[in-house]
Amino acid sequence: MTIFIPTPLRPYAGGKDAVNVSAGTVNGALDELTRNFPDLRKHLFTGEGKLRAFVNVYLNDEDVRYLPQKESTPVSPSDTLSIIPSIAGGSATHGERKNAFRCENPSSGV
Amino acid sequence: MSTLRISQAVYDAIRAHGEETYPHECCGALLGRSSGNGWRIEASARAGNTRTDSAHNRYQIAPVELVRIEREARRQGLEIAGFYHSHPDHPAQWSPTDFAEAHWLGCSYVITAVAQGKAAVTNSFLLAGTTEEDKHFQQETIDVAAVEPFAVQSESKKG
Ligand SMILES: [Zn+2]
Repeated sequence: MTIFIPTPLRPYAGGKDAVNVSAGTVNGALDELTRNFPDLRKHLFTGEGKLRAFVNVYLNDEDVRYLPQKESTPVSPSDTLSIIPSIAGGSATHGERKNAFRCENPSSGV
Repeated sequence: MSTLRISQAVYDAIRAHGEETYPHECCGALLGRSSGNGWRIEASARAGNTRTDSAHNRYQIAPVELVRIEREARRQGLEIAGFYHSHPDHPAQWSPTDFAEAHWLGCSYVITAVAQGKAAVTNSFLLAGTTEEDKHFQQETIDVAAVEPFAVQSESKKG
């Protein structure tokens, strides 16, 4: 399958924008990717080996977090995996409504 | 200081987007190529703001929309070079929220202040650094019209 590498992570993937792997599951594909490009690991995973909260992984057009088998979902050679860091922000400052996943609200305002 | 080179058409399009969505924040992606010292922006892609709960001061682009935008960029031989959003009645400076939620290292974050519905100052900030721990915003020079207009494929009204 093909894994698409987002702009910020290309320097850690030999400058490539896409990498082919032969693994049979999403987890296996990410394992193979980070075995081939070990520098990617700390950008994708926390110290405990979990995907960082702001890193989204899409199997074709589906968020892997919401697939029934999550990272264990089987993949076929024609599938694509997209790694997409999240995009958010705004002029909101301290005291605005928080969302634990999307936003670790900063403590200082503008 | 790096320079964001952007065509007049794309520059106008992202500012017009902020006026259209006022008093809500607009957001979208900037597509282009690396030019050594900063990005050369050749197109923009509008995105919906999924923060309908707080759209006047927050923005968020659904990742699946980015998956599609990136696919389209790839087809055009472009990369996702950065993102833009607006600050309705708020300065064109990054906020602590913008910084905390910026994760595209090496990409440009363009902010347009929209004052009373009219696009005012537009600034660009490069997300510099190599990790989440040492990332920081660096203001960039914006060089408008340094990109050949024939390369532009934006959604803006042309002509
Ligand atoms: Zn902002």
